[in-house]
Amino acid sequence: MSGNAALGEAAILSGCMCYFGYPITPQNELTEYMAKRMTELGRVFIQSESEIAAINMVLGASVAGARAMTSSSSPGMSLKQEGISYLAADELPAVVVDMVRGGPGMGNISPAQSDYLQATRGGGHGDYKTIVLAPGSVQELTEVIPLAFDLADQYRNPVVILGDGMLGQMMEPVDFDNIVPPKAYPKDYILTGAKGRPSRMVRSLLFDTKEEEEHNWKLVRKYQRMEQKEVRYETFLIDDAEMVVVAYGIGARIAKGAIKRLRRENMKVGMVRPITAWPFPAAILQELAKTVHEFFVFEMSAGQMIEDVKLALAGKGHIHFYGRPGGVIPTPVELYRIIGRHYYTATRRKQQ
Amino acid sequence: MKKVYTRPKTMKDVHFHYCPGCGHGIINRLLMEVIDEMGLRDTAICVAPAGCGMLVYNYFDIDTLESAHGRGAAVATGIKRVRPDNLVFSYQGDGDLAAIGTAEGFHAANRGEPITVIFVNNGVYGMTGGQMAPTTLTDQVTTTTPEGRDPIIAGHPVRICEVFSMLDGTTYLERVTVNKPSAVAKAKKAIKKAFQCQLDGKGFSLVEILSPCPTNWKMGPVESCRWIDDVMSKQFPIGVVKDIK
Repeated sequence: MSGNAALGEAAILSGCMCYFGYPITPQNELTEYMAKRMTELGRVFIQSESEIAAINMVLGASVAGARAMTSSSSPGMSLKQEGISYLAADELPAVVVDMVRGGPGMGNISPAQSDYLQATRGGGHGDYKTIVLAPGSVQELTEVIPLAFDLADQYRNPVVILGDGMLGQMMEPVDFDNIVPPKAYPKDYILTGAKGRPSRMVRSLLFDTKEEEEHNWKLVRKYQRMEQKEVRYETFLIDDAEMVVVAYGIGARIAKGAIKRLRRENMKVGMVRPITAWPFPAAILQELAKTVHEFFVFEMSAGQMIEDVKLALAGKGHIHFYGRPGGVIPTPVELYRIIGRHYYTATRRKQQ
Repeated sequence: MKKVYTRPKTMKDVHFHYCPGCGHGIINRLLMEVIDEMGLRDTAICVAPAGCGMLVYNYFDIDTLESAHGRGAAVATGIKRVRPDNLVFSYQGDGDLAAIGTAEGFHAANRGEPITVIFVNNGVYGMTGGQMAPTTLTDQVTTTTPEGRDPIIAGHPVRICEVFSMLDGTTYLERVTVNKPSAVAKAKKAIKKAFQCQLDGKGFSLVEILSPCPTNWKMGPVESCRWIDDVMSKQFPIGVVKDIK
């Protein structure tokens, strides 16, 4: 199954009742899959007039109590930021998929990782955060989707799936056995008509600065709980590693291929792969920095996650970087050569 | 003693923030009167806009969501698709619906979403201080058209009802005003009809209400009401624009 189709099916199995989307490459297969399947199931599908409309339809469906999702790619994600900010401010759950492509501007339709900062820093206006899940395979897509819906409901916050064009397009075998029917979450905030209860209002306008500040601190406390409880990552061969690669998503998959080659030549390289790009797995890097001195950040961008690695390491260790922006996908062999060269130089430096 | 008038049950007992002579207060009350008379408090969901109408949730005792500027029709679409049995209406101004939210309003109308848009047209951006709106009349002075709106550089006043009437998804479109008691009674009837159109599942309905804004028109309340008859309604003719049975 293609990543985009697997994503759609996983969303359906996770109880996604509404999908709203606008065509943009490289995620059209998801919209097309949802057009067919959601209609078959009698659920809501709308091809919206814009990404702005789609995210606002998600907001409407969410405030009405339904699990709702939208998807797009980089230029479309820029348009969705307004709605994501409102979802965060209104404390409404939603799942937003970004199959990142090369940018800035129109860029191209090749896989890229250049929207990391937009996704992990909120992306729109105001002090807010979204949980950002960055799967690295089609199977993992089917695992993070139910998780995304649950986290969105649990924290009443939008959750972003940070994929890329390659993940969406590639075909891999998948099973959906891990997906269980959704739990019931308390929905005491939704709008259903005020039958037999006081009327409710959902809003983000707080003219009183003290009230707005308190709302902000309340959101901050929620983000702190996420930072404590929701960090997810995978490690690969770190026990004896002298150099630790930090890469995520499809970039980590390429890096894994490179590391296997390096290991064959006795170069002790391991990897930490953030699954949550936010909250970022800073603690494991801090822990590793006690014994490891060489960190190698690889991204399909000019360098965005490297900021989080620098913050996590707080001056400890030596950070190497290799980035390919613009939708270029380096091969594992290319990355093997680059990491190998850095590893060799670092080892020589240590010996001198 | 016979009680001839009282506050609508679904109207909260608070003071309006609206300026003296503003039409929003009348429109707010009419909406709640209609909701009371049709027995819709239990199922009504309102989508509030950005602009002067934003704070309707302080007055309406019904479930209300405040949407981003211009996105009311898209948000209402999401709500209505999840809850088809609820009465879903958006309350939007001219800047909200006819400028920043044109795409959302136009396409909700074109899809024939069974929602109702209450479109308050006062020809200016009221809350931000009286800038030119898409519905500002030719030669009308606003803070951003200090010499009067010049169509060559600032375009022409947009007739939303007439534009939407060309879309096959729209069912009922009427333009009314609230500048005198007889007009208020007609406006109420139009709102009722629009809600009934939605309850009957007939498609998209919209009531455009020409509403006085004495503060930003730099006129007295009485003069404002007269100006609607004498000037504004020449550009925006009062009456039913579309009514598909």
